Amino acid sequence: MQREVTISVNGSPRTDTVEPRLLLVHYLREQRRLTGTHIGCDTSNCGACTVLIDGLSAKSCTVLAVQTDGHEVSTIEGLAGSDGSYHPVQEGFRQCHGLQCGYCTPGMIMASVGILADNPSPSESEIRMGLEGNICRCTGYQKIVEAVQWAAAHPQPQPAGQGG
Amino acid sequence: MSMVGTRVIRKEDPNLITGRGLFTDDVSIMGTTIMAFVRSTEAHADIVSVDLTEALALPGVLTVITVDDLDAQDLPGAFMRTVLAKDRVRFVGEPIAVVVAEDRYIAADAVELVQVAYRPLPLVITPVEALADGAPLVQEALGTNVCFEVPWPQEQIDQVDQAFAAAPRQVSTTFHSQRVHPVPMEPSAILADWGPDKLTVWASTQMPHGLRNCLSSFLGVPQHQCRVIQPDVGGGFGAKVQQYPELFLAPILSKRLGRPVKYVQTRTECFAIMCSGRDQHHEIDVAFDNDGHILGLRSLIHADLGAYPDLPNSFGMPTLTNWMSSGCYKIPAIVAGYKCVLTNKTPQSAYRGAGRPEASFLAERIVDIVAGETGIDPAEVRLRNFIPTDEFPYKVPHAEVYYDSGNYPLSLQEALRLCDYENLKTERDRRNADPSEKLMGIGFSTWVEIAAFGPRGALEGFGHIGSYESAQVKIQPDGTAMIATGASPHGQGTHTTLAMIAADELHMSIDNITVRSGDTDTTPQGVGTMGSRTAAIAGEATKQASIKVFQNACKIAAHMLEANPDDLECVDGLFQVKGVPSKTIPWSQVGWAGLSPTLLPDDIPAGCLESTVFAEPTGFTYPAGAYVCVVGIDRDTGHVEVEKFYSVDDCGTVINPLLAEGQVQGGIIQGIAQALYEEMVWDSAGQPLTTTLMDYLAPAASDVPSIIDGRTNTPTPHNSLGAKGIGESGTIGSTPAVVNAVVNALAQYGVTNIAMPISPQRVWRILNQAQGA
Repeated sequence: MQREVTISVNGSPRTDTVEPRLLLVHYLREQRRLTGTHIGCDTSNCGACTVLIDGLSAKSCTVLAVQTDGHEVSTIEGLAGSDGSYHPVQEGFRQCHGLQCGYCTPGMIMASVGILADNPSPSESEIRMGLEGNICRCTGYQKIVEAVQWAAAHPQPQPAGQGG
Repeated sequence: MSMVGTRVIRKEDPNLITGRGLFTDDVSIMGTTIMAFVRSTEAHADIVSVDLTEALALPGVLTVITVDDLDAQDLPGAFMRTVLAKDRVRFVGEPIAVVVAEDRYIAADAVELVQVAYRPLPLVITPVEALADGAPLVQEALGTNVCFEVPWPQEQIDQVDQAFAAAPRQVSTTFHSQRVHPVPMEPSAILADWGPDKLTVWASTQMPHGLRNCLSSFLGVPQHQCRVIQPDVGGGFGAKVQQYPELFLAPILSKRLGRPVKYVQTRTECFAIMCSGRDQHHEIDVAFDNDGHILGLRSLIHADLGAYPDLPNSFGMPTLTNWMSSGCYKIPAIVAGYKCVLTNKTPQSAYRGAGRPEASFLAERIVDIVAGETGIDPAEVRLRNFIPTDEFPYKVPHAEVYYDSGNYPLSLQEALRLCDYENLKTERDRRNADPSEKLMGIGFSTWVEIAAFGPRGALEGFGHIGSYESAQVKIQPDGTAMIATGASPHGQGTHTTLAMIAADELHMSIDNITVRSGDTDTTPQGVGTMGSRTAAIAGEATKQASIKVFQNACKIAAHMLEANPDDLECVDGLFQVKGVPSKTIPWSQVGWAGLSPTLLPDDIPAGCLESTVFAEPTGFTYPAGAYVCVVGIDRDTGHVEVEKFYSVDDCGTVINPLLAEGQVQGGIIQGIAQALYEEMVWDSAGQPLTTTLMDYLAPAASDVPSIIDGRTNTPTPHNSLGAKGIGESGTIGSTPAVVNAVVNALAQYGVTNIAMPISPQRVWRILNQAQGA
């Protein structure tokens, strides 16, 4: 059984045929080939797959692709400006060493974008509570918290820095 | 200005913050198929039958195989284990069959259709059960559940007996460093593509060269036709050093099917079949005097290795524990030994710290026990027992282990200053006397570890080709630099670290340096990233290769400037005669000349701006530090909160303080998690109860504190950088600080020891019993 859906990802609507059981995260990764959204668990605990659906952060492993028919999905790939400028949260993670292996990072960044959309100047404890659905095994979270604070203090897009 | 020692932002980050990272599951080749395991639901059972019929009939299924379909059946690097279970299963999760299908949904459906019939057998879950008379045997052919043993040497027994006989006081106790899981955010993953001329493997591994060499010999494919690529790796923490069945099955099935085969582990599988760490049971006797001087130590470890030890890493863990069991204390008589025990559980192996967290736990708990027994302040007991600063290199009494350098009193004094210890004690006493306040405890850990693995011979015994690490520095025709290293980072920021070291030696902007790693076709033979070795060893290789290249660059520039090479300097990428900035040659001209014979002096060949160095350290390094943990305990619920955590690390020279802080903070949180939250649990039938992140409490941001960082700097003599390594320190040092703090808070209730993880239930029982009494 297949269903036809039209899902807009990062502003680009596309019509696809999908199985009803297809998870949004698998749709993004395998049909849209947007592999920045990661999978870190099978119980919706880790948050590596966090995206925005109509501007609200959501774990794309808990959503079926068919449920986003007609909706707008934002992923890490759509966050930087078309001129290559970084979103403040991306630049905050870079400036503050808010990532090590980088696997949880897209989900952490998208969740942080969601936090700042709700509350542009969160306290440390509000950031920690806001990120409790996202697990990072490398950083111990301290520099992630600092990254979100950096983004809150620098709300304008940041020119892209030197790459590696 | 020197780059080393500055807070340089990482070169790794731009890809990873934009979704352009490339992890194994992100790699896509046309025609890729998906592999999935049929795993045992029994902890110990004979396999009566495996019926593949229905699975094979499912549309989209390409093949389903069992061990009988394999030519070579023994899993490399594992103790008495086959690639897929043969006749018998010995832990829940052990792979029995493997399915390959067109996509991951069909593969998952097919796994459900494989019918396995079992005849359950009696089983053992703990070392106590495994060592009991008449216990069921995990490996009948072995005739015992003890698979390896290092008994107490008689000479040491006699020395320690004398020390105990002469000591005024002694205490006996037991500790258990419980089984915990590394939980890399990316579980195991592999993509194998065996084409007509070559096998290419992308794998989430910590040692691509080691894996390449192992695949080559197991599969019978020569190394020039066997390429392992380590793309971005989502954390390893020691668990991606081992050889797992999927690493061999995906290539075999790719060859048979003529298509790429991908396996991506689920989190549930990861808990069940990826190696997990610790699980040492310690029996300890400590002798001391009334002034808190520790006079003797007996240590016997039972290491629970699960069903199939990872060879030889699993046996190496308690060896490292024994080596480091006296911590940073001068204990005159020590006897240490261990037994490795088989149980019907997931195999145990290295997890960040790898044998040293268990040692620091032992040493730091006993010094607190001595403090408690003698009534002397735990900071003072530490100062009285520290190895004196003028006694380095220091040999421990019970092993051929030589601490390189250290200044333990300095680290502790810095920690006492940082935490304002006298005020903390006043606050603790006030709160503990006030029933309306949370209980408060202060805990120390003045730990030492062994790192920078290693000097010649250290890793060869672990199956590695050498103990070195490699770096190749190569100047491009435009004067920029490419560095290829055998180190294989997975989050440590090694590309940035090595580029900083090279930038200093090449006198070149770091922006003009690119580091590549993790491809056996394009990087020099390496060992890999483990054992806190990369800064100390790959860093040294990078430094020495850069120095050689720079020397030749100076000869070329001197030829162009018609000057003596010894008179040259390089300032901001411009070569000039010292103090004569009016005439300069940029790196771009030197780089071009280096590959252009008409521009070179007669005695310098083209290609001279390239150097490969395999650096071997002259000894292990011994990073150390002093941690102070402050806990608050809810008197009604028993919930323990880490209110403050002060860390003073001494890893010698710090290359990049920003990255060092990241390593320490992340490591400390993992160590706190072992103390308070994490434990792998099996029930009496051998069923694992912690196979998801719902059941296994890997902490979130809201569960943990910020760390207050401090530092002292005692360089190692074993490399020219003076760097000791920082990757595992936090995990090694932090756990006992938390436990000591909880015991300190509960001392008024007569508590001298408490089992990990220190859950609210455990603490509540203690508080509740105290109130009842």
